[in-house]
Amino acid sequence: MNVTTKPALLDLARIRADFPILRQSVHGKTLVFLDSAASAMKPRAVIEAMSGAMETQYANVHRGLHWMSERTTEAYEATRDAVAGLIGAPDRHEIVFVRNSTEAINLVAHSYGRGIMKPGQAVVISAMEHHSNIVPWQMLRDAHGIELRIAPITEAGELDMAAFEALLADGRVGLVAITHMSNVLGSYTPAERIAAIAHAHGARVLFDGSQAVVHRRVDVAALGADFYVFTGHKLYGPTGIGVLWGRRELLEAMPPFLGGGDMISSVSYARSTWAQVPHKFEAGTPAILEAIGLSAAIGYVQAIGYEAIAAHEAALTDHALARLSAVEGVRILGRAQDRGGVVSFTLDRAHAHDVATLLDRQGIAIRAGHHCAEPLMHHLGLESTARASFAVYTTHAEIDALADTLARVREFFA
Amino acid sequence: MFEDLRDLYQEVILDHGRHPRHGHRLEAFDATAKGDNPLCGDRIQLWLKYAPDGTIAKAGFEARGCAISIASADLMAEAVTGRTPAQASALSARFRDMARSGIAPDDDPDLAGLRPLSGVHEYPSRVKCATLPWHALVAALDGAQEAGSE
Repeated sequence: MNVTTKPALLDLARIRADFPILRQSVHGKTLVFLDSAASAMKPRAVIEAMSGAMETQYANVHRGLHWMSERTTEAYEATRDAVAGLIGAPDRHEIVFVRNSTEAINLVAHSYGRGIMKPGQAVVISAMEHHSNIVPWQMLRDAHGIELRIAPITEAGELDMAAFEALLADGRVGLVAITHMSNVLGSYTPAERIAAIAHAHGARVLFDGSQAVVHRRVDVAALGADFYVFTGHKLYGPTGIGVLWGRRELLEAMPPFLGGGDMISSVSYARSTWAQVPHKFEAGTPAILEAIGLSAAIGYVQAIGYEAIAAHEAALTDHALARLSAVEGVRILGRAQDRGGVVSFTLDRAHAHDVATLLDRQGIAIRAGHHCAEPLMHHLGLESTARASFAVYTTHAEIDALADTLARVREFFA
Repeated sequence: MFEDLRDLYQEVILDHGRHPRHGHRLEAFDATAKGDNPLCGDRIQLWLKYAPDGTIAKAGFEARGCAISIASADLMAEAVTGRTPAQASALSARFRDMARSGIAPDDDPDLAGLRPLSGVHEYPSRVKCATLPWHALVAALDGAQEAGSE
């Protein structure tokens, strides 16, 4: 593990001033928010972009012939360009807005899974997926005769690449759907190698980038991905807006997911025809304000820069691993070489929920539970863990507060 | 540091959470049910053995969960021993009211041993930890295999 602290290239005091909520206190204590992997706090730029739109420039999109609708449509569509730039998508029409990563995966499971895949084919996921990247494939399996295969992880919490490749050997795998970064173990998966192996066996590949895109620059073309999904609210944006990126030829070949307004070319009682991508997949009035908020969030992240963010979070993670592992009774789960700002742990004397309640009374917010990853918990032989996760606004002092307080929690349960 | 948490984590709760007296499977039993809290992963299996007169002779459980849920299960097993199924069922309803409201009437002797758990009402996310065993109890008394949740 690299414990040398890289120089932080970001102005932490200024960044923290950008997040009004960080000045709140909880139970009379300064808020120490270490649950950003569940949902991140919002910078003023996002808050103002959304309230500003409501105060000055708002109407429905893609249908009004008036100034308000035209300006709002421009702002909504500008988000598509912002997202394309963020993840290196070669074509803005490949960006589909959805509610969140879960909906994006359901869209692919439905439209690609039922529309393109044939019964008898298989989908490969990993043993460290969020429920959002498990359940849609189970539903596809049960409805469409698709086999679901689980690629195991190593004891360190990394994808077992040899076992993964073996799962593709029979050539029946149509799609690989794997996390780009585990929300429990923090492990990054080697996306380029996964994509190369998938393609060599004739399979397409989807990455769940819900965690990964927050911490590092993602370039879907360089990764060789076919689909990439993420959600806005973990990337300092609002809830209710997520992204599906897919290669244009795949999106064009796929049937629609939801039917309704905005996704059609023409409608008669006899038949309807579909709009071009991406609108074919955006039925109904979209999350307009949320898209405008996402645009501001992307601008905010890019202004700081992924190099600075990654360096800051790598230093935080190293610090957290060092400080937490030094607390008696703490066991850290996963020791992947390549990891992001998520650390799950257990404390020998107390259940994760008790730990979370005690920490909360000191103003420290962590996640406790199964992290929507029950099969992974089962694999680890646990019902629940505590999890601290870091963001661009997290400080070393907050991690120190967590470690110091955990030692006191342990004394409490002595 | 955690003085304000002593209402929730009273000594009796920490003690029963750590060393449950009834935290074991009953090899001979007349009723059993499990309770699951899918949101947090807490899980309990409860067994009841009836006496010839129909009262509860013994209660035992196996549980994975926090100190609150284990202590609640253990204090429940103590509280229902010697009661008829109807009395135990009524006690479950009163306990769940107490956990949600924090109100434990002084003149309700049946709640006496359970009163330490009343502090949970101030922690809305933890109320279910305390009530899960009691849902399993009602399910076992009703002959259901699985507890319904709230």
